[in-house]
Amino acid sequence: MDFYDKTALETGALIKSGKISSPEVTKAYIEKIKSADKEINSFVTVLEEEALKQAEEVQAKIDKGELNSPLAGVPVAIKDNICTKDILTTCSSKMLYNFKPPYNACVVEKLKAQGAVIVGKTNLDEFAMGGSTETSYYGVTKNPFNTNRVSGGSSGGSAAAVAAGLVPYALGSDTGGSIRQPCSFCGVSGIKPTYGGVSRYGLVAFASSLDQIGPIGKDIKDCAEILKAVSGHDERDSTSIKGFAYDFSDSFGGDLKGMKIGVPTNYFGEGLDSQVRAAVLSACVKLKELGAEVIEFEMPIVDYAIPAYYIIACAEASSNLSRYDGIKYGYRSEKGESLLDVFFNSRSEGFGMEVKRRIMLGSFVLSSGYFDAYYKKGLQVRGLIKKSFNEAFEKCDMILSPVAPTTAYRIGENVSDPLKMYLGDIYTVSVNLAGIPAVSLPCGFDSDGLPIGMQLIGQSFSEAKLVKAGYAYQQATEYHKKTFEAMKGGRF
Amino acid sequence: MIIDDKLIAYLEELSRLHLSDDEKERAKEDLSKIISYVNKLSELDTEGLEAMSHPFDYTNNFRTDEAKPSFDRELILKNAPKSKDGCFLVPKTVE
Repeated sequence: MDFYDKTALETGALIKSGKISSPEVTKAYIEKIKSADKEINSFVTVLEEEALKQAEEVQAKIDKGELNSPLAGVPVAIKDNICTKDILTTCSSKMLYNFKPPYNACVVEKLKAQGAVIVGKTNLDEFAMGGSTETSYYGVTKNPFNTNRVSGGSSGGSAAAVAAGLVPYALGSDTGGSIRQPCSFCGVSGIKPTYGGVSRYGLVAFASSLDQIGPIGKDIKDCAEILKAVSGHDERDSTSIKGFAYDFSDSFGGDLKGMKIGVPTNYFGEGLDSQVRAAVLSACVKLKELGAEVIEFEMPIVDYAIPAYYIIACAEASSNLSRYDGIKYGYRSEKGESLLDVFFNSRSEGFGMEVKRRIMLGSFVLSSGYFDAYYKKGLQVRGLIKKSFNEAFEKCDMILSPVAPTTAYRIGENVSDPLKMYLGDIYTVSVNLAGIPAVSLPCGFDSDGLPIGMQLIGQSFSEAKLVKAGYAYQQATEYHKKTFEAMKGGRF
Repeated sequence: MIIDDKLIAYLEELSRLHLSDDEKERAKEDLSKIISYVNKLSELDTEGLEAMSHPFDYTNNFRTDEAKPSFDRELILKNAPKSKDGCFLVPKTVE
């Protein structure tokens, strides 16, 4: 049975109906990873024996009627910055090359409780700092559409693994676009949830006021179901929201009458690839056909999102990454005599250049003499960005925009110019600064056959509305399915 | 803004990092480009605006103060590069 193009929910239904068993599905996916991932490099760790054992246990529970979650028995891949008990969690860094967490992240506990089968840990930019997975200590993850191109990042491993049919769904994390942009580059769907919607307990911290874990899947319906499964208040993350539960019962079906979609015209100006612009604007026409009303306005503040984001994200990173000292866990240098030597040498040898650059930038903006001009200023601009979104959502239900200014670029093309790399985050970072949700959906292909993504941005905890629009769009279009058609014929 | 050797040395110290000579040159160039770019924020008048350090209006979010068992010591030390007698082992710091 060929099930590599089946969604996670379809796979779960097949398992539940008895047409196929969880160990069969798991084994087949692991075999596929073993052969295809030599070329793509989307996994840092593959869990062959553990996954099969887990699948057998889950299957026994399904057979006994003890497990009936829609995701029971379905394989999943987890981004390697999310802690998995006794399983390597490297953050794609030399610094954590041997780190086996003594606990599971909250999202991993939740998935396991629902019978998910973890088949491996996926590659990322080192400590999630990057937009191409090129900063990974374990090598770049290649784009399944064209292996000379990047998969995006930082959740490039998760997005590429789903796109190549190596796993039905995966978890990623998004600090400035790290779920949405690789989804866009690889032709898959993803959700960056509202800040506080999903517990960050067990997510290795990069920028704590921006980080969120979210789903990457074959379509938006899968993503919604996965988000529901991993979300909810958790006492161990004091920023996770109490008294809220996602409800997508009204999201799947119906037209978009009465829905107002805002298009900030300045998002479609200079710097945006013309083919990306055309694809996103034709998605706008489709949403109109489905009943939505489209209104245009300007959001000039977005021009200041990248500077504010890099100041804040690097400041938080420099603080969060101070924990890597060569003493408690991870890499320790053998060089040096004193305690300070251990700190300096372990960090200098354990971190890659992009991580060092961001720590130093963070140290700079937080240092005395520069704090007010940079860090405080960044936080004030963050307030202006949030205000600008609040004003926009008085006029519309959601905002339509591109995810990235281009499609997947060539491996190595931007690696020597960090600022150029940062500028690729123009459409995504403001969402994290404001703490609001956004979905990323495939909406076309460029002349090289590379996927194009669009983004729907909503106000806090409006995921159900975003999913409704995304679902209606995917019911009316085929772009999300074309990824899996493209992977057929034994390519991977 | 000019990033000179002195500032790089200061940032290395604050960051607990030693850069190689090549890395220093790259850092100088990259950081000055990035900092020049983020200076764009000075175009905005933010006088008197509140600094937004968090997406939501959070004050302290307290949990009940209950005594609970923490991780087992041996379990935590399993990840330590060096340990001895149930403790993290570090170079001698006091003569």
